Amino acid sequence: MRQPTNRFIYGVSICLAYLMFGLLMLPLLGLLTATTPAQWLTSVKQPIFLPALWLSLQTTCWSMCIILIGGTPLAWMLAKSATRRAQLATFFVDVPLVLPPAVVGIGLLYTFGPSGWLGSWLNDWGLRVPFTTTAVVLAQVMVSAPFYIQSATASFRRLHPDLLLVGRTLGHTPTGVFFRIALPLSLPGLLAGAALSWGRALGEFGATLLFAGNLPGTTQTMPLAIYMALESDVHVAIALSLFLAACGIFTLFALRVFPTYFWRNTEEVQQ
Amino acid sequence: MTKWSIDITFRRGHFVLDVQLKGTHSSVAIIGPNGSGKTTLLRTIAGAYRPEAGHIQMNDRLLNDTSQALHLPPEDRQMGYVPQGYQLFPHLDVLDNISFGRSAHTPQGKGQRRQRAKHLLEQLGCAALIDRKVRGLSGGEQQRVAIARALYIQPHWLLLDEPLSALDPRIRREVRDFLRKHIIQETRPLFLVTHDMRDVFALCNYVYVIEDGKVAQEGTPEELRTHPTTPFVEEFFFADMISRT
Repeated sequence: MRQPTNRFIYGVSICLAYLMFGLLMLPLLGLLTATTPAQWLTSVKQPIFLPALWLSLQTTCWSMCIILIGGTPLAWMLAKSATRRAQLATFFVDVPLVLPPAVVGIGLLYTFGPSGWLGSWLNDWGLRVPFTTTAVVLAQVMVSAPFYIQSATASFRRLHPDLLLVGRTLGHTPTGVFFRIALPLSLPGLLAGAALSWGRALGEFGATLLFAGNLPGTTQTMPLAIYMALESDVHVAIALSLFLAACGIFTLFALRVFPTYFWRNTEEVQQ
Repeated sequence: MTKWSIDITFRRGHFVLDVQLKGTHSSVAIIGPNGSGKTTLLRTIAGAYRPEAGHIQMNDRLLNDTSQALHLPPEDRQMGYVPQGYQLFPHLDVLDNISFGRSAHTPQGKGQRRQRAKHLLEQLGCAALIDRKVRGLSGGEQQRVAIARALYIQPHWLLLDEPLSALDPRIRREVRDFLRKHIIQETRPLFLVTHDMRDVFALCNYVYVIEDGKVAQEGTPEELRTHPTTPFVEEFFFADMISRT
């Protein structure tokens, strides 16, 4: 009696799985069918395309530099400390992940704006952050850094404490052990985190719009250019969207393939 | 003759390690039930943990002395530590693993260091491992490389944490013979954590039994076998007798 019921549930599950997969693929299919290669080529020659692409590349490079330089030591500290303070810090590092980007944008505006506590101090020094390229970088750092820090922390936690202790008993300082053991062994996790973080920074929209505005050549990154192009030439918006989607897919592919290759070489002896 | 003395109290959560060990024995076995504090003791000697009170001394060299707020970091202790699971560096080859160590006795240049590592492997009868990658080494081979890596810095003490566990009986016998041949004859003190009485009889001349973070019994392997004072020691030797029959 149970078998037909089980078969029915199995069939429904398969249908739901295919439906879900189809749903996830829909936007990509929509983009691919919305344009032709010739139209795409014409669109990328529009004056809005290259400055937005260049600004996106520039700002994401800067934000990645900041995230890698500051996020790596922070991830190391979070991974190696078991104190309550560290747990609390881990919690707060993850908070931007659950905040709507618009909230982050408002928060930044009221920190760095002329009436913000840091902004008013910066104003005294003649420095203005909102609605500048620096603001774009800051917004990208805020929304994308948690992706890197989370991944790096998890990678550092995977290292066996004895592996690091052996390195030190062999005469290396904590810094030496970090650079010679911890960093090379955690590299796949760090790269995966960096790729995710870069992808998120490249697609950042809400916080940038509120904190940096949409000024062509200064703060207009690719997502903001899409937003603007939608009002004038939809084909340019589609071309920009396809380009961003290709960047995302490439990042995801690299992120999946590289760690698998690396861990195949190291995992067996790390147990 | 090396005189050493360990008198430490170390607290971690609810667990308290409070041990006093002292002697001139060159090969010391540390046995005890799981979670009794054996590995914690070894790691504390290696410098991973800072004791709450007490001292660790070897000859005139103090490694820890809480009364003087002295705590030598692991890199200044010159300890040859071989942890459970070998912990070889998987991103380096065998020679780079061995020549990873830095001490006053190790050469500076990479070429010289690798040459010395090669020489050490030959001395230890492991010349076949010279051109190998760490990946693909068997458990016994990994253990030999880990021991060679520890010996490379010419350590004052050798700390081996269950070096023969997780090896099949044949490899276990081979590594035990290897240790007896190359390590035990040396004058540097050896601390060996083990769960196997055959290792104790083969490799050590003194035994400390640690239970619940305290020294429950000490003596030569023969003394412990003939006069066990705790159920653990009794069972340990009983199991050994069964394995011998």
